[in-house]
Amino acid sequence: MTRYVIRRLLWVVVLLFLVSALTFVIFFVLPSTDPAALRAGKTRDPEVINAIREQLGLNKPKIEQFWIYLKGIVLHFDFGHSYLNNLNVRDEILSRLPATISLSLGALVIWLFVGISVGIISAVRRRSLMDRAAMGTTLVMISAPVYWLGLVSLLLFSQGIGVIPIFPGSGSYTPLSEDPWKWFTSLILPWLVLSAAFAAIYARILRANMIETLSEDYIRTARAKGLSERRIVLGHALRSAITPIVTLAGLDLGVLLGGAILTETVFNIPGVGRLSYDAIIHGDLPTVQGTVLFGAFFIVILNLVVDIAYAYLDPRVRYT
Amino acid sequence: MSPLLEIEDLRVSFRTEDGVVGAVDGVSLSVDRDRTLGIVGESGSGKSVTGLTVMGLTRGRSTTISGSVRFDGRELTTASDAELRTVRGNDIAMIFQDPLSSLHPFYTVGRQLTEAVRAHRDVGQGEAHDRAVELMRLVGIPEPEQRMRAYPHEFSGGMRQRAMIAMALVNDPRLLIADEPTTALDVTVQAQILELIGELQKRLGMAVIIVTHDLGVVAEIADDVAVMYAGRIVEQAPKEGLFGAPRHPYTWGLLGSIPRLTAPRDEALVPIAGRPPSLIHPPSGCRFHPRCPYVRPHHTRIDPQLEPTGDPDHDVACLLPDPVRRALWAKLAAGATPQEARATEDEMMGPPTETETETQAGRP
Repeated sequence: MTRYVIRRLLWVVVLLFLVSALTFVIFFVLPSTDPAALRAGKTRDPEVINAIREQLGLNKPKIEQFWIYLKGIVLHFDFGHSYLNNLNVRDEILSRLPATISLSLGALVIWLFVGISVGIISAVRRRSLMDRAAMGTTLVMISAPVYWLGLVSLLLFSQGIGVIPIFPGSGSYTPLSEDPWKWFTSLILPWLVLSAAFAAIYARILRANMIETLSEDYIRTARAKGLSERRIVLGHALRSAITPIVTLAGLDLGVLLGGAILTETVFNIPGVGRLSYDAIIHGDLPTVQGTVLFGAFFIVILNLVVDIAYAYLDPRVRYT
Repeated sequence: MSPLLEIEDLRVSFRTEDGVVGAVDGVSLSVDRDRTLGIVGESGSGKSVTGLTVMGLTRGRSTTISGSVRFDGRELTTASDAELRTVRGNDIAMIFQDPLSSLHPFYTVGRQLTEAVRAHRDVGQGEAHDRAVELMRLVGIPEPEQRMRAYPHEFSGGMRQRAMIAMALVNDPRLLIADEPTTALDVTVQAQILELIGELQKRLGMAVIIVTHDLGVVAEIADDVAVMYAGRIVEQAPKEGLFGAPRHPYTWGLLGSIPRLTAPRDEALVPIAGRPPSLIHPPSGCRFHPRCPYVRPHHTRIDPQLEPTGDPDHDVACLLPDPVRRALWAKLAAGATPQEARATEDEMMGPPTETETETQAGRP
């Protein structure tokens, strides 16, 4: 097991290297703006721009630029400075991480709770009115784009513009350390919007898994033992059916920690997603690089966590 | 005293997208304490459904069950789910064909055994554990304390089935239903498991129903045998009667399709021609008529009932006259093929009529 984890961690390093190289290449093969001009702001003076180019090292060969960038990360955990506002990219990302983590973890709790409950009930009461209604709703939830759902929810429920103004609106995010209650209320709408599609997908997957599991031989054995239906469903069937859900939850969380771009943008939450959105729009390479690397890091690490968790969830899985 | 288990005119049908499947169609059986009943038949004969229905395991929204299943005087077909739960795994226990898929892959064997104990007894974890270990030892699992902590996939096939048996017996059931308990096992292990079941049956004084497609299993372990075909019992007799003087052409077919060690090496096995019939649209008249080598025209119209043969406790549902059946079996037992035996039948009953020729042409 330890050897397996070490091997996987080495792969994480290789993968992150490839990801950064790829972002670098994409950025220079498809250049959107001249970084020096961006840094210069309103000035069009070629001398100033040249000076900046010199200062940022943009005159050096591309491969050398990449080398310097990598050295910065490995030796100083330094992701460079934004071309846009000269802020330290690492500090900028770390300062925005709490907002993204708040949004992602809160949504995860909601969608797991809703998805799993609906999935179980739908599977047990298959073809009932409840099941049909729930499955119909999940289709709508999956089909509705997050930005649309976000705007609709703001129009319906946000203070200021909503028809029933019960929740704080866009841009109301308050850090947890400042005011826990405001933090909570400001995130209710984003949580619901972000978790809607996930909850729907999880409910459908769990329902299908449960139905399949409930027809397994070992469920028949559990019945033959005289166990209560509750124990059979929650103790025996759910135990097997939930394994893929755990995998999925890990991967989805990894993706979201890299920035829930759409939700953060619609609700104007100052998270990593919002940061990368702005960076992409302005062609701010160091920030794009940084957010991509952070996102990739979360995905790869949570992948590893999921694989390790699997060994505990399914005793038949053994890593060597 | 009435028998421990008495099934009367049991009918079980399932609504499916293709139509209503009459899986069990008027089965009557009884099993006494200390006896072993073998139910034999092909897949789809209704033998497993009969066993599962006793436990109430076929209940569902698309299932219709009628008739009566009385266990120790208690009617089970109309019992509530909660009542039935107190019987399952307690008074009546069941083991299944594939012990690997029948055990939960994520729980240790020990946990699954103790869970079975605690489902019916108000005991603590420690006491349940001790009981589970005791049963593991009883069924011959070496080092039971250690094996309690192992997962099903860490057991061999035979040990898994022993664990299943231990789990079934943990609450001292009075009836054990074994549904194809040896089918998924290696031949060498099959014999051990059968021996174990037989031994435990004697030691614990249980009644046993063994459901199987294998007459060899029945010969090994059963006291009485019921042969099922297309949802019905076609022949029922004590083991000696069934193997010594079988009366139904289907039973003859089953006997002809098992290899015998004493037979000459080049003796061909005689499979029963055709396939098991559809249970949505079962054949008219005698349900075996499309596959019966000895069919007569009126067999396609008249439905045979289970009737005494004259031998003790031996019933058969066949329209052929008893003397003809005796003569046919005598021929077959002497090594004749069904075609050769058929000639004897024609001699005794006259040649087939025109309608009969048609029927024969339509046979597979």
